[in-house]
Amino acid sequence: MNIPDVREKWTGGINEVVLGATRAEGGTRDKVIRIGGGKTIPLMRFEGDIGHPPVIAMDVLDVAPEDWPAPLLAAIKDVAGNPAAWAKRCVEDWGADLVCIKLDGLDPDGANHTAEQAVETVLKVKEAVGCPLIVWGCGDHAKDNEAMPKISQALKGERALLGCAEEKNYKTITAVCLADGHNLITLSPLDINIQKQVNILVSDMGFPLDRIVIFPTTGALGYGLEYTYSIQERGRIAALTGDKMMAMPVICDTGYESWRAKEAKSADAPEWGPQELRGPIWETVTATTLMQAGVDIIRTRSPQATAAIRRAIARFYG
Amino acid sequence: MIAVGERINGMFNDVKKAIQTRDARIIQDLARRQTEAGAKYLDLNVGTAAEDPEAAMRWLVETTQAAVQTPIAIDSQRLRVIKAGLEVARVPVMINSTKSDPEQLDKFMPLALEHNAALVCLTITAEGVPQDVNKRVEICANIVAKAQEHGMPMDKVFIDPIVLPINVAQDQPKYIIEVIQQTKVLSDPPPRTIVGLSNISQGTSQRALINRIALVMFIAAGLDAAIVDVLDSDLMDAAITAEMLLNKQIYSDSFLKAGRM
Repeated sequence: MNIPDVREKWTGGINEVVLGATRAEGGTRDKVIRIGGGKTIPLMRFEGDIGHPPVIAMDVLDVAPEDWPAPLLAAIKDVAGNPAAWAKRCVEDWGADLVCIKLDGLDPDGANHTAEQAVETVLKVKEAVGCPLIVWGCGDHAKDNEAMPKISQALKGERALLGCAEEKNYKTITAVCLADGHNLITLSPLDINIQKQVNILVSDMGFPLDRIVIFPTTGALGYGLEYTYSIQERGRIAALTGDKMMAMPVICDTGYESWRAKEAKSADAPEWGPQELRGPIWETVTATTLMQAGVDIIRTRSPQATAAIRRAIARFYG
Repeated sequence: MIAVGERINGMFNDVKKAIQTRDARIIQDLARRQTEAGAKYLDLNVGTAAEDPEAAMRWLVETTQAAVQTPIAIDSQRLRVIKAGLEVARVPVMINSTKSDPEQLDKFMPLALEHNAALVCLTITAEGVPQDVNKRVEICANIVAKAQEHGMPMDKVFIDPIVLPINVAQDQPKYIIEVIQQTKVLSDPPPRTIVGLSNISQGTSQRALINRIALVMFIAAGLDAAIVDVLDSDLMDAAITAEMLLNKQIYSDSFLKAGRM
């Protein structure tokens, strides 16, 4: 009996994006990381090149976290408020491929750091670790637009990944990333139409498509994971069928989103099992599920989840 | 929809003159403007007046690809003119076109394969243009069988069911729609379909409107490609919108622009 050939033939693929620059390339990083490059759906090796395996970026906050659940805080308690030491631990002890410097401290409703303070934080982390860097604003447009040009300038040559460009606020960050040679994260609020629109808007400014990473926004297990999955899947298929405005690698935020889930953060719920396991499990399940839809950078928070996701990547891509 | 820009054709006076005087600017301007307007191929036709059609085709191909990297459709009824164009082509090529008698396909399909080119196969044989659906589909089936025999991938086979002017044959558009639909089930993957659109409105008082509506109807039936006036922005907008409504393109507020990228 003939077995029918069910392989799909795709005409497009995911762009390869290069993160970080070594000294030889004008930066100071120990290594560069390549992401994307898939020419088919994740794991479907028999159809073609599945691209680079996903990489893990661990979050490093510029301020000591105030609302982190105890099991998550325990791992970084002694370095909280010291981003350089925190970043070092992520890379050296927990094997993070990159660190994501999350500048929550810029927020006017929070610590209200100045742009100069943010630059200082970023440069300290840069000195402390040799991996490529992600720098993520606080989400307050005015504050981010003030800080990001200075951060971008301070990191010139490092080919960092800066975020985020949004539909209503993309010009400043796009312009500085373009000028300083960085990669750019385009954010859309779980909306594939806006996702495409933001990519068109930044590309209209002359930003190269192969320096964009998409953040479609993440919903954790029980909080919109299936919706996130279907958006990422649809985006991936559009890219594979030749839609250049959807052909970018994807970053997901499993750390923050998973630890917001009450199943992860509730201390007083013995019926759900030990709390120190619940959060890492929530992060791991969210991340490994999205890996099957197609994700290239996974933002994590807990070291246990980071290790478990690392094992899953090795199993899927080994 | 794969838009094939129809403007570089010796039937148009400006192009005819440009070919005669070897004025590259006119051709290259048309090549650039059509590419910006969303053409995925540029049709190149030396027309009937060219003195040495082979030399003219070589010049058109070289002149066009010196300006843009857009793939080209080498358009001629004469095999030696097509071969002249193929010799100098550096960008991907569509051969436009051949009649579909078996002996014609046996000549053109190996040539297309040799140049890794797509091939437009007209549903015309020595018996002429069929006037009904069944005969057209029969020719389509023969084209598919020949492509399989020659090992030609179906995504390189473009079947043209022949669009006739509406004021000559008003019963034809609905046949074209049926042929497009039936072609999809001839093989898996199916061959592609293409029409030379502008012919439908020849000699009518509302050319642009008729072209536009006909194209949308054909796209809804599953049309893959059309040789059109890509500089007619209303026509392109209609085609892009039709494809967006069929979920072939993800909607964005700039979908009309995205559809031309």
